[in-house]
Amino acid sequence: MAPDPGQRERRRERLDRGLKVRTEGIYALSSWKEISYLLAPRLILILGLILLPLFMPNLYWQRVICITGIFGLLALAFDFLANYVGLISLGSALFIGIGGYIAGILNSTLGLPIVVTIPVATFGGAFLSTVLLSPCFPLRGIYFAIVTLMYPLAASRIIEALDIFGGTEGMPGLDTMPNIWSALYSIIPVLLFSLFALRRLVTEDIGLVFRGIKDNDQAVRASGISIARYKACGTFIAAAIGCFAGAYLVHLYGWAGISLFALDFSIMPIAASVIGGMGTLVGPVLGAFILIPLTELLREFGSLRIVLYSLLLVGFIVFKPEGLMTYAQRKYHQFEHWVEV
Amino acid sequence: MAEGVLLQVKDVCKSFGGLRAVDSVSLDLHKGEIVGIIGPNGSGKTTLVNLITGFLRKDTGRVFYKGRDITNLPPHKVADLGLVRTFQVMRPYYSLPAYKNLIVPLYAPRVKRTKGGRLGDRDAVAIDILEDVGFERDAYVPYKPASALPTGYLKRLELCRCLALRPELIICDEIFSGLSPSEIASMVPIIERLQMEGITLMMVEHRLRELFRVANRVVAMNFGEKVAEGTPHEVMENEKVKDAYLGWEAT
Amino acid sequence: MGVLIYGIINSIVFALIAIGFALVYGISRQPNFAHGALYILAGFLTWTFLVKLGINYAASIILSLIIIAGVGAAIYRFLLIRIKGMEASEIIASFAIGLAIMEGLRFFGFRGKTYILPAFVEGTVTVANVPVDFQRLIIAGIGVVLISALWLFTHYTKLGLALRAIAQDERAALMLGIDSDFTSLIAMALGSALAGLAAIALLPLGNITVETGYDILINAIAVCIIGGLGSWGGAVLASFILGFAQILTVYFLGAQWQMVVALLAIIIILITRPSGLLARQKELEERV
Repeated sequence: MAPDPGQRERRRERLDRGLKVRTEGIYALSSWKEISYLLAPRLILILGLILLPLFMPNLYWQRVICITGIFGLLALAFDFLANYVGLISLGSALFIGIGGYIAGILNSTLGLPIVVTIPVATFGGAFLSTVLLSPCFPLRGIYFAIVTLMYPLAASRIIEALDIFGGTEGMPGLDTMPNIWSALYSIIPVLLFSLFALRRLVTEDIGLVFRGIKDNDQAVRASGISIARYKACGTFIAAAIGCFAGAYLVHLYGWAGISLFALDFSIMPIAASVIGGMGTLVGPVLGAFILIPLTELLREFGSLRIVLYSLLLVGFIVFKPEGLMTYAQRKYHQFEHWVEV
Repeated sequence: MAEGVLLQVKDVCKSFGGLRAVDSVSLDLHKGEIVGIIGPNGSGKTTLVNLITGFLRKDTGRVFYKGRDITNLPPHKVADLGLVRTFQVMRPYYSLPAYKNLIVPLYAPRVKRTKGGRLGDRDAVAIDILEDVGFERDAYVPYKPASALPTGYLKRLELCRCLALRPELIICDEIFSGLSPSEIASMVPIIERLQMEGITLMMVEHRLRELFRVANRVVAMNFGEKVAEGTPHEVMENEKVKDAYLGWEAT
Repeated sequence: MGVLIYGIINSIVFALIAIGFALVYGISRQPNFAHGALYILAGFLTWTFLVKLGINYAASIILSLIIIAGVGAAIYRFLLIRIKGMEASEIIASFAIGLAIMEGLRFFGFRGKTYILPAFVEGTVTVANVPVDFQRLIIAGIGVVLISALWLFTHYTKLGLALRAIAQDERAALMLGIDSDFTSLIAMALGSALAGLAAIALLPLGNITVETGYDILINAIAVCIIGGLGSWGGAVLASFILGFAQILTVYFLGAQWQMVVALLAIIIILITRPSGLLARQKELEERV
């Protein structure tokens, strides 16, 4: 039925139709509306994170933001390794422990200040972690996962058995951050930087090499590329992020001990990633920002928090594995508005 | 080591449990020739390829490339020396444009070495390689996502993955399989041109007619052993080869 | 001499712990990381029946075994079956379930020193000049009987053969009409019951704590990995290796090194011979 020539029709049209039709994912921006459509989520994220601490009612909750930042970093590292390099690591606690202990040892035995211990722990710890994990690179997914789960457990028991680095007591009395604001505004920029840097990395050509290793490693080897070297590279990056988080944690509380290798640090990032949306890099960070405050609300109930996030983790893995962020992205791209034809 | 022998495979064996997949196979490849490897399914052809290129460890035997013992080298080092292979089951990046699929090989250390200096824009190099095998640049074929390309183009893309490395020896694993007659017709000139450019080829194939158009020599395998070797005509007259194929077809 | 006797007993202990895990993985190809949690749950259930509700020991045991088998089956039927095939998800999900169970138990007050299951028979006996308590002998006996019974079951009964068929080649078994979902369910129930049985036999040696759950899981994984997943002989061999290694370590180095043995063993074997010592399936390293 042809429309009347003089009459205009209205129909619903997706917001991104103009963009998608013209190019294929390569955005040729041509209007303010389109630019804002793309930028808005990113700006909201950046501003949101930067301004968030100002809205917190008291010191306790500001501390919670710091902890959330730590878990956000871990979740980011996990997601990167698992979905962009193909290494599923169930042992993020290893990074926290190594970074934390290096910072602690440097601070207590050598008396180095925080501005020195944190960078050294970050990169030295990343190097050490990569070396420790390198024999495991050839392992198939499931075996790599199991071995990474075992590493932090073994580390904590060995420290306990040998009674080194303070044994079960740990190393108390380390330097702490001068005030809460320096604590907050050292981790938030690092988190944002890591997020955007990784985002950039995976869209660059080198990201294709990493993804090749994840999806089709035989073809990558057949192209003359050493996958062990690139796996080490990816691990180093993720470990640096994790070790920074560990060193930061140690200087937040002024204490280092074997609880740095706790299962909590291994499982929580996975929960945050699954819930937030695996593979999106920003999803896991947001997942952490949802999960940690939620579990903090239940802190009085002790072990119940672990029960809660375990159940959430299972629920999402089994029933909604795409996660919240992927879901949100899908819906955002499907926003429609009325267009005159 | 005789003059012009590029690849020397000596008495290579591989067993899986009780099954002898490759049984004491030896062959030589001379520079510039095209050698076909034929045999019924399960005769060990792909296993042989995996053994030569380092994807599988050999039980016994040695492999020499350009006089150098590559028996124990891992696959990426073998490729780094210029001995590359295609895969029977291709897995391109379907969501990415065709030329992006070549970015990974262009990252290989070999590419930087043989180019002698800066690579320049990888994207441009990739598109040039694709154009050389017939991806029409004017029709924007290199920019199409791999999911939109027919099998003929995808097979050529797989070949390009090897060509990006500037190889000296390419082992093609069933590169004609799954192609229509016209697609094969466009593939054969590419193979011939590669030979003219000095690249040596070893082609594992089932499609004998097409293979015999390009192959200088043919090696026939059955049950993991080499049963015949010679010109295509000689091999097809061989009793054992006829028995292998007919016997295989009869069951 | 004492080391020998205790070594043997410890090895059987390892075998008992691992057998449930090995069965589930062997048949349904799903690593059940809730194994340790099910172990502890069975222990607490038995305690509740026995002490809180005053039911007699034997009945408590049977009741909790039935319940734990049901729990295992439910976990499979409602959760694990949906993520079948995705190995990483299976590990994470089953581990998270186990975590939820164990920490849930801790939350509901199951901590402290008061949770003890009494030994079946009190007293000790002297074997070759070494004092061994009855409970340990009973454990050894149960272990040997159980492993033999399972071996006979999977080699000579219809259901057992079906389970083995699925374990060896799932698709062939499916073509022969064996329902792989159902057998996986049975395997899970059986595996959980075996975990419970191990709990009931072993817990009287000490008290029931949630931490033990984690250790049990690690020990089970250690045996299966060292022995090679899917290998009976390997599991038995690994149990003996670990059993003796642990006894010797505790003897010479001290009790705090106990778990380190298992952990280091897992790491070392995975790095050097991931398919285990006697594995049947060798497609574990990076190979085409």
